[in-house]
Amino acid sequence: MENESITSLTREEVERIAVLAHLSLSDAEVALYREQLSVILAHAARLQAVDAGGTLPPAAVGRRPVLREDEPGATLSREEALFNGPDCDAGCFRVPPVKAME
Amino acid sequence: MIALCDLTAHEALDLLRSGEITSVALTASALDRILAVDNDVCAYLTLTPEQALAEASAADALRRAGQDLPLLGIPVAFKDNLSTRGIPTSCGSRMLDGYVPPYDATVVRRVKEAGAVVLGKTNMDAFAMGSSTENSAFFPTHNPWDLARVPGGSSGGSAAAVAAGEALLALGSDTGGSVRQPAALCGVVGVRPTYGLCSRYGLIAFASSLDQVGPVARDVTDAALLLGVIAGHDPADSTSRLDSGSDYTAYLARKDLAGLRVGVLQSHPEDGIQAEVADATRRALKTLRDLGAELVDVSLPHGVYALSTYYLIAPAEASANLARFDGVRYGFRAAADTVEALFSRARGAGFGPEVKRRIMLGTYALSAGYYEAFYIQAQKVRTLIRADFDAAFEAVDVIVGPTSPTTAFMLGERVADPLEMYRADALTLSQALAGIPAISVPCGFDAAGLPVGLQITAPEMQELRMLQVAFAFEQATDWHRRRPSLIESS
Amino acid sequence: MEYEAVIGLEVHAQVHTRSKMFCACPVVPDTGNLPPNTYVCPVCLALPGALPVVNRQAVALGIRAALALHCAVQPLSVFARKSYFYPDLPKGYQITQYAHPLARNGYLEVDVSQRFCRIGITRIHLEEDTGKLYHGNDGTRVDFNRAGVPLLEIVSEPDMRSPDEARAYAMALRDVLVYLGLNTGDMEKGMIRFEANVSIRPQGSGTLGTRTEIKNLNSFRALSRAVDAEIARQIAILNSGGQVTLKTLGWDAAGEQLFVQRNKEQAHDYRYFPDPDIPPLAVTPEWVASIAASLPELPRARKARWVAHYGLREEDAALLVPDRALAGYFEAAVKHGLGCGVAPQDVANWMTGEVFRLLKARTSGITGARVSPERLAALLRLLYVEDAINVASAKKILEVMFETGESPERVVERLGLSQISDPALLEAVATRVIRDSPTQVAQYLDGKEPLIGWFVGQIMRETRGKAEPGQAQEIARVFLERERSNRF
Ligand SMILES: [Zn+2]
Repeated sequence: MENESITSLTREEVERIAVLAHLSLSDAEVALYREQLSVILAHAARLQAVDAGGTLPPAAVGRRPVLREDEPGATLSREEALFNGPDCDAGCFRVPPVKAME
Repeated sequence: MIALCDLTAHEALDLLRSGEITSVALTASALDRILAVDNDVCAYLTLTPEQALAEASAADALRRAGQDLPLLGIPVAFKDNLSTRGIPTSCGSRMLDGYVPPYDATVVRRVKEAGAVVLGKTNMDAFAMGSSTENSAFFPTHNPWDLARVPGGSSGGSAAAVAAGEALLALGSDTGGSVRQPAALCGVVGVRPTYGLCSRYGLIAFASSLDQVGPVARDVTDAALLLGVIAGHDPADSTSRLDSGSDYTAYLARKDLAGLRVGVLQSHPEDGIQAEVADATRRALKTLRDLGAELVDVSLPHGVYALSTYYLIAPAEASANLARFDGVRYGFRAAADTVEALFSRARGAGFGPEVKRRIMLGTYALSAGYYEAFYIQAQKVRTLIRADFDAAFEAVDVIVGPTSPTTAFMLGERVADPLEMYRADALTLSQALAGIPAISVPCGFDAAGLPVGLQITAPEMQELRMLQVAFAFEQATDWHRRRPSLIESS
Repeated sequence: MEYEAVIGLEVHAQVHTRSKMFCACPVVPDTGNLPPNTYVCPVCLALPGALPVVNRQAVALGIRAALALHCAVQPLSVFARKSYFYPDLPKGYQITQYAHPLARNGYLEVDVSQRFCRIGITRIHLEEDTGKLYHGNDGTRVDFNRAGVPLLEIVSEPDMRSPDEARAYAMALRDVLVYLGLNTGDMEKGMIRFEANVSIRPQGSGTLGTRTEIKNLNSFRALSRAVDAEIARQIAILNSGGQVTLKTLGWDAAGEQLFVQRNKEQAHDYRYFPDPDIPPLAVTPEWVASIAASLPELPRARKARWVAHYGLREEDAALLVPDRALAGYFEAAVKHGLGCGVAPQDVANWMTGEVFRLLKARTSGITGARVSPERLAALLRLLYVEDAINVASAKKILEVMFETGESPERVVERLGLSQISDPALLEAVATRVIRDSPTQVAQYLDGKEPLIGWFVGQIMRETRGKAEPGQAQEIARVFLERERSNRF
């Protein structure tokens, strides 16, 4: 299509995106997504042909948010806050050691 | 013999108000219907029958005490991406299996405050990503008109439930057509409101700039009734409009459509419109002309880019919206030695293939080096699509065309080809991108007896005009009175 | 070769609001010590479906800081999502301002050892804090009480050339933020945190060297020590023929050592994009004007005014300015004092001496003190203008005033501390002391003249401290000399 270079994904690119998105994928999934994303992105590449020169994204021309007054309100009880936690201890959510991330 | 659950909500309200029926009887009838057909239709993920009967009996007590509310005693269903306090809300995904929200979505609260009885939560494509409800992590929903076919999606459970008499009303959500397309495929009415008219607070986000909650109903009056209940500013949603909702039902009726200018889009060959859908649409346009409307050709020059635009913006937003599902505070947990592994495994195993596909796509579109070319360019094209509508609405009052290119397709038919599946939304995406309202109403059947939906699109905040046109069309036809044969045999 | 350091700072300051940045959860002074996960709601816990709503006061305070730092407040600013995964980040992204910050292009004037320099401010933006992690042997625990607390990030130009300048800028910025009521300035509670960008280049060179980033500096000392160490490290690398590489460093405050947090190849791809949940924030000129109108005089200007108008010593002014409440107290006392002839420098001396000492012994601070500025001035009037009391009495009176909240006049009367200024009375006392102390008189007359102090002490004791010491000494000297002439 118009922009072959940026729309045909390599295996490494798919793996890099999976790392960014924190999705562990099987080899079969990597291969499948490589193929499917390439097709979808090739279709999306037709947007490059649209002359949108001075156009602004809609957010820049849309409405403005209503701001909140600085009034403290209700919180969840700790029981409610932790109710759905898969692993909770001492009033906290617990996860495996974080040190290994750095 | 018609069952109580086959009444429209406004018919049921008349009978409740005159004391001819009770909410308990009405609710029991809906629960009976669920018992009879939901093994086949599979519209519900969670049922709350005891709670529903208790609410129904409370509604009857209120009514006996002389009180009335817009939906007092009416059994409704919520799509499972709407947070319901104390009721499991899975969003159709294994990721949230067993999650119980500690709060109600604003629209849920409004429907409850209007006196409705909650029957349960309806099936959907996981995280509202899909057009067939086959992406539900639990089971697909079947089309009540033909159980071998899909009900459309992602609000397939809500549309099927309303079509099969398993609820009088339901809420769905529409990101790129997820209310309108299943409504069309199930022969019911579905509304996508103006972006910001209905609060998104508590709606589990798919694509924040596109998501809108909308009613699913059996006729236009019911849709107008439910829309009036959920519409209006919510301070908990920064994108919520300041406008308040209004009682749309009070102004539905128009003598005729004299002077109304109806825009007609030339269909694009790429849309792949089924011949019977095109025929039904042509007949519907003739009906509108017979009612006094003037038909005017309009064009949306950038409409051909809607699919590409949508499938960059929605996944990009989704990739960030779904980052909170990390297995720490709620949701699917995977065994892991490190936090890093926990995140990747919980997400890798908790999300289904379509969700992962879109997260990958969106992450790519936002990543360094591609952001300008993909995401920013798509946002600019989105502005152009909106401008196309603004220009078209200079010349016409509403735009009318088909909701879905085809009638309900077979279960499994499109699962392997995502792009083909994405085309099911081809005609509903541009309204979502432009943030403008559209409604799907029944307008005929194909040779196989499957419903066809007519889509009426109106300018921003012109819900009333859109509903009036839909109502006039509905009054001139009787498509909306047909019920799937499954009901008679139940 | 001579090298010069180029330093820029990013300062994260908690914005003093009553509720969080995007939800109504209360913000309390001591978030760190609360039971975990008790100040949370669906929004800051990032439950599915929850949405952020911007806190107006946080924006107003951000504008206040922007104006105080001479920045251009942007008519439209945009909240963006910064995506990365970490267990203390509930949404998987932080809401911050990126391409379109709240304000740009300002400066802060800073005095560094008698020299004045102007440090450019690149940008100011609002963002939200993360939760807190507790690392243990059996995993890491997460508390989200702090998640969503508003932060202001102030990014400077790389305008600083030494650790001293960086430290002076950081302190001056802290003083400004405290003055604006935006931050408590409590470094120990992490109310302000620093990140430094450091590079070096040959003296006089116009180009920038490769910079490194030092994160999580929680005190002024850590800031200047870490920057100092990093400059030394970079110079050593260049001198040994090596090259500085892009790095993110951390500072071990206990061991006073830098450590590597991340190398360049691990750089994040944050995938910033405008948060679709929050439309762009419009700040109208009217809003900016109303905030500008309420802007207080800032520390540096106030100090300069005191030196110029009150004739205050620079170093006293510097001690009194940073705490806005204390400065206000001082200024009020000066105004009352000027009305009755007390010199501002005398007020300053008493503030930095006795008042500081008495405050230190109490925890309530100046706002909780039981002595009003007016009464402090009244005390100093008794001391310096009316000579009704002496310095020792004044100190004692002030201490009592801090205890009881009484007026100085009342304390003087109650404790009988008013000074004896009647010469006849003092002369009678002196006569008695000389008569009762023949040994000491003889020694004095023998030439042991410093013994005069002993006689003054005796007079003070006899008068229970009410004698004015100068006058007592004068009378003692006159009477002893009279004794000498009587003897010969
Ligand atoms: Zn909160």
